[in-house]
Amino acid sequence: MAVIPWKPPAQMDYITKDNPRLDGPAKVTGRAKYAYDAIASKCLVGRMITCPYPNAKAVRIDTSEAEKLPGVKAILVEEGKVCRLAGEFVGAVAAVSADIADDAVRLIRIEWERYPFVTREEDAVQPNAPQVHAGNERPNVRVNDPDGEGDVEAAFQQADAIYEGTLSTQVQTHTCLEPHGTTAVWDENLEHLTVWASTQAVFGVRNDLAEFFGLEPHQVEVITEYMGGGFGSKLGGGYIERMAARLAREARQPVKLLLTREQEQTNSGNRPSARARVRAGATKDGKLIAFEAETSGTGGFAGGSGFPLPYIYSVPNWRRQHTDVYINAGNARAMRAPGHPQGSFIMEAVMDELAYRLGMDPIEFRIQNDPNETRRRQFRELAKRLDWDRLWKPGPDEGFPLKRGMGVGAAVWGGGGHGSNAEVEIHPDGSVVVRCGTQDIGTGTRTVVGVVAAEQTGLSPEAITVQIGHSTYPQSGSSGGSTTCAGVAPAVKVATDNALWELFLKVAPVLEASPEELEAADGTVRVKGDPSRALSWKEACAVLGQESVVGRGRNDRSLSSSGTAGVCGVDLEVDVETGRIHLRRIVSIQECGLVVNKLTTESQMIGGVIQGISYALFEDRIMDRMLGHQINPNLEFYKLAGPADMPEIVPIVWMEPESLARGVIGMGEPPVIPVAAAIGNAVRNAIGVRVNSLPITPRKVLAALGTEV
Amino acid sequence: MKEEKSDVRPESLSGEESPGDRFEISRRGFLKGLGGTAVAAAVFPKAAVSQEGTLRGVSVGSVTLRVNGQTHVIPRVEARTTLLDVLRNRLDLTGAKPICERASCGGCTVLLDGKAVYSCSILAMDAEGREITTVEGLASNGRLHPVQEAFVEHDALQCGFCTPGFVVAAVAFLQENPNPTLEEVKQGVSGNLCRCGTYTRIFEAVLAAAEKMRKGA
Repeated sequence: MAVIPWKPPAQMDYITKDNPRLDGPAKVTGRAKYAYDAIASKCLVGRMITCPYPNAKAVRIDTSEAEKLPGVKAILVEEGKVCRLAGEFVGAVAAVSADIADDAVRLIRIEWERYPFVTREEDAVQPNAPQVHAGNERPNVRVNDPDGEGDVEAAFQQADAIYEGTLSTQVQTHTCLEPHGTTAVWDENLEHLTVWASTQAVFGVRNDLAEFFGLEPHQVEVITEYMGGGFGSKLGGGYIERMAARLAREARQPVKLLLTREQEQTNSGNRPSARARVRAGATKDGKLIAFEAETSGTGGFAGGSGFPLPYIYSVPNWRRQHTDVYINAGNARAMRAPGHPQGSFIMEAVMDELAYRLGMDPIEFRIQNDPNETRRRQFRELAKRLDWDRLWKPGPDEGFPLKRGMGVGAAVWGGGGHGSNAEVEIHPDGSVVVRCGTQDIGTGTRTVVGVVAAEQTGLSPEAITVQIGHSTYPQSGSSGGSTTCAGVAPAVKVATDNALWELFLKVAPVLEASPEELEAADGTVRVKGDPSRALSWKEACAVLGQESVVGRGRNDRSLSSSGTAGVCGVDLEVDVETGRIHLRRIVSIQECGLVVNKLTTESQMIGGVIQGISYALFEDRIMDRMLGHQINPNLEFYKLAGPADMPEIVPIVWMEPESLARGVIGMGEPPVIPVAAAIGNAVRNAIGVRVNSLPITPRKVLAALGTEV
Repeated sequence: MKEEKSDVRPESLSGEESPGDRFEISRRGFLKGLGGTAVAAAVFPKAAVSQEGTLRGVSVGSVTLRVNGQTHVIPRVEARTTLLDVLRNRLDLTGAKPICERASCGGCTVLLDGKAVYSCSILAMDAEGREITTVEGLASNGRLHPVQEAFVEHDALQCGFCTPGFVVAAVAFLQENPNPTLEEVKQGVSGNLCRCGTYTRIFEAVLAAAEKMRKGA
């Protein structure tokens, strides 16, 4: 059957509307079972063994004392493993309780061969710096090929305003509240493995485990009904799942293995740092014409610190060179819009500084240099929502001690759909079951599935039984790159339409119509344009007799698009006596094509803004350069924004008809991108001097004020 | 490690307790988490050995807890074992979450005699004789508590991992302050952290729940 387009938004009952989460009741009552909850009292507790040194080899591991400890059921160690960060895993134990597992870890005696280490980028780039990958002759510095276009030097000659500066961002850890973890259970014959995984990739974990244990994919069952946040750090199927399964095999008992908070903070990924020495030029008519940047960043021991520049703005002449710096610290992983917040913080600072030098309104300057038409309109809407024309002044604000300021930033993202399949069963009793192997990482995917099936069948989302998060369901992609919604929603739509067609074939004779003439709407199956010829949904399904009908579908590109625009504006006050920043109001505008669920889309935007606030003002992975440890691998000193730090947050989903007509586009990531940039610009606007690095702490604000006066 | 017959904790062998079982509080248990890893000098030796030591808590006994209106006698609980550990791993009440392990995030919040506490930082034995309410005990007769209802309606949750802690904290807060302002709500739930970023939705939900409860919902 040919793919049917989405119906016009004006005719929709659930899509584009506010739909409460289908799993809300399970989550607020504690009924929702996460990976570590699945069989909580009926399994052993696993614990990782970690390396206490930042660069060392586990030469000998003596487990004899730990083995003697009553209650210890399995110990796995990796003798000979080389660890490039303090906190790297070198094995795991399983015991009858968490306390005994902790005891066992303490009893394991490890002889280490230690190597020199380095945990600061500025130290790592020195000619005689200790080698991060000692013994491998891999340098600490990798210089990427230069990138760019046009004639930069000539363009700078034409510039009426030039900004030069150095801007930087810190390492941010994902800090998932649910640490990485798994519960693993083998059958008696060790032929079937079931794992409850906290993952963004049900099928990724399945395939990884099947390969690792030499099993066929069907012999591994991965369940992710609920998971407590990933933000990119849970995309890989990996070490933890394998370790839990190995422990369970060794102990012949189910094992749950959850990282401790310290392990989660040190060794489960991060957003790499970024530093840029930039120079940019514009002409007095407001055209950005020249840009050059020497950039660097660290993704810990593994590299991967790239980020986009000159980001979203058109500049005909630019040059950029990036250098990856390696240090003995946790490695970078994809983190919500990888690279973009860094690029945004740097580029939006450049844009504001040029606008100030030209005496232009920063929003006008952006509109003149932004190639994206949607975003140009969003900027105008943002100005309206912020009351920009009345409130914005070039600054610094005259107030004392509170100085008010405003700033903006913008984002781009893909959000096209990944490969996804779905299956819909309509039963003779009228029940509808949708199965899709996707996972809901907190974005509301389960509800998206229900909403789409409801829209197509004319039933309510609550009437749909949604089954997701299971590797025995139809294959669906991993939740990375905001690809889930635009992959899953079309697949569910096609599957539902196909199931309905099967139903219509059976019902048509009863209604004395052809199946093409039927539609499912308002809880009925009826003849289009003739509502008097209708059966209630239940009556129609009863026609099926004993035979349920099944429809299958996969993502069809005609139902989704890629490429979204978003902007963010901040209104704040800076206390120049204390250096504290009081956020007043943040407006976030985001396009996402056909909005499947407006309520949860707004929640994603609010979440992006809050994570952006946290990144801008609080979070920072701090390394001890003498000992090589992370100083703050916990939630007291790795500061997350808390309830009391919240301003008013206004999420505006961009629902212009042209955008809705584009089909579904994912948007989980982009709202986080411009927040730190907009906060940085608002602080600059308030106090007249820029804080050049994140996080913008009170100390840095006071220091910046000191340099200016 | 296979044979448990030599267990120094006899109670864990038989599963039976003598009524006179008494706890001996283990220093080790209290000190754990404070660190103790051998500290490397700035100029470090090329070779090193890591092993934290051999001390451990050994006292075990049964604990009687009253949770969500039911009395549970839980055998073989170590003195150092937290209330959170017992709720989750002995009673399968997994609503309270292990997140920060040390009273920073509120994910493990439960009510102890009606007051919100961090169950990760209370020993199970110290909760004896108290009335414990977990998130699982808030709904009655299949009907959600007004706070739970409001959380769902206002989408005050995303991944849901911090949600039980916030719900319980909000219930306790509204008992003390049934008619709060927005600012008071912000302070009232400030013992909890969320990573997905749901705070402003939570404020809306708590304010809406307060109104529902004042109207006697």
